[in-house]
Amino acid sequence: MSTMTAALSDTRIERSPGHTARIYLKEAKYEFLKNLRLRMYTASVLSFPLMFYVLFGLVLNSKEAIGGTGVPTYLIATYGTFGVMGASLFGTAAGLAADRGLGWLQVKRASPMPPFAYFIAKVVMSMIFSAIVVLALMVLGISFGGVRMPLADLTKLLGTLVAGSLPFSAMGLAVGYFAGPTSAPPTINLIYLPMSFCSGLWVPFMFLPKFVRQIALVLPPYHLSQLALGIVGAGRHESAATHWEVLFAFTLICLGIARIGFQRDQEKMYG
Amino acid sequence: MSATIEQTRETPSIETGGIVASLEGVSKNYGPVRALRAVDFNVRAGELVALLGPNGAGKTTAVKLLLGLMPPHAGRVRVFGGDPTNPENRKRTGAMLQVGRVPETLRVREHIDLFSSYYQKPMPLGEVLAAAGLEKLGDRKFADLSGGQRQRVLFALAICGDPDVLFLDEPTVGLDVEARRLLWDEIRKLVGRGKTVLLTTHYLQEADTLADRVAVINQGAIIAQSTPAEIKAKTSGKRIRCITALDLNSLREIHGVTEVKEDREAVEIHAREAEPVVRALLARDPLLAGLEITSAGLEEAFLALTRDTGQNGNQQN
Repeated sequence: MSTMTAALSDTRIERSPGHTARIYLKEAKYEFLKNLRLRMYTASVLSFPLMFYVLFGLVLNSKEAIGGTGVPTYLIATYGTFGVMGASLFGTAAGLAADRGLGWLQVKRASPMPPFAYFIAKVVMSMIFSAIVVLALMVLGISFGGVRMPLADLTKLLGTLVAGSLPFSAMGLAVGYFAGPTSAPPTINLIYLPMSFCSGLWVPFMFLPKFVRQIALVLPPYHLSQLALGIVGAGRHESAATHWEVLFAFTLICLGIARIGFQRDQEKMYG
Repeated sequence: MSATIEQTRETPSIETGGIVASLEGVSKNYGPVRALRAVDFNVRAGELVALLGPNGAGKTTAVKLLLGLMPPHAGRVRVFGGDPTNPENRKRTGAMLQVGRVPETLRVREHIDLFSSYYQKPMPLGEVLAAAGLEKLGDRKFADLSGGQRQRVLFALAICGDPDVLFLDEPTVGLDVEARRLLWDEIRKLVGRGKTVLLTTHYLQEADTLADRVAVINQGAIIAQSTPAEIKAKTSGKRIRCITALDLNSLREIHGVTEVKEDREAVEIHAREAEPVVRALLARDPLLAGLEITSAGLEEAFLALTRDTGQNGNQQN
């Protein structure tokens, strides 16, 4: 055990911080390129929220308002949450489950790659795609939906939604550690689609049946979308701190589950 | 502190012939399956050693243990005199494993660029591509490669960090004859440059032509360990096949015959040397026909060796 610790501290001496940073950057860059070229990923992650937005926010209801907020503005917050959730869950879970199940992760582990670089790359990639979805929604809304918001609010909305990628990336890691290479995508859909509906991402929250609204209170997308709606002056005006706390707690729980999966994997290989 | 480490990396501390990797009394089970049974095995600096055995013999398990991807149930695994999971060791080793899926949308040179970045002094991209025979394929996406080309990319990832020791698990599986020879040449070049290579194979010819030393593994146990020539010598040197009226017992009495068995209409005789036995045969049976003499290849040696140990280990088959 003591040799292990010595060995670990040696690595820190051996590899300069610059070199380590370069590895993390490269890992994230190629993770991004890999997914950007994966039509399965970009199509489902980008086109669904954008298509929904164009249809329900620009073509059908663009002159309507929900509780004083114009529909095109309101839907940037909710479809933004939907997009962030998809980008993050698929971005982490699907790749991890396949890499784990089909041996690629072992090749990486046998190499001198810093183990965290692999996970951080997936999280960073998910955040970048989240930002792309949200920015695309904003551009569409401003160009075609008459959305007018101060730059400060747009920035805050973007920042909040991109930060909201973290709980779903953590959830994706947890799913990726327990699902198999082929079962991961359907598993994500099974979690992601009902959660989106119950959290009011497709149908505005107040139009949902009462029991669904009660379920929503424990769902992370509800809390993220309420934070986003709060920025555009809509939503239920609950305490933002509570929403953040719920999301933070959810992230920790998911990371805990992912860690159990990680250890189970080690033991399986080790056992 | 850092200075001494720096030095050891500049001049690999293991002198030629020293042990760089070892399994000491290592056992490994997967549930009820005993993948390795008290295996003792060394890899010495500068040699090319082949772990030869049929599928399921424990070759991949041995490689994964040496790579620190899993610990043994009993015994000790050492690489560069230390724990194989030591990240410092990983910078001096390269690995080629059997993989079901490699990220398919990345280009060959991108895969190599990423893996090269993990190492302190990687080889230049051009050299890696040339060594793996991928010069014209650098811009190709992994998805657009043939099976053999994919195998060469995995080889490229193993060598790109210019490691001192390479663990290659079935490197030429799925390659055609030409691609296999190309990879053999590259593996030989690595050893020529002072690298140490452990490769696993179930191609007997591969072990025979490449390796300085062959360890034959079957059902989780190493059943022979020596040069390919010595392994061949362990069984009778020549195989004589002929159609003869002589009965088996009288054939066994001929001096130099080690084994006789019927093979359809003919008999197969194993002997250390062919000439005196053939002379005796022709003298005793003038009507002898269909004479064939072949030398026992590694394949036969291997079969003989596994047959020997098969008596106590083969019951489940």
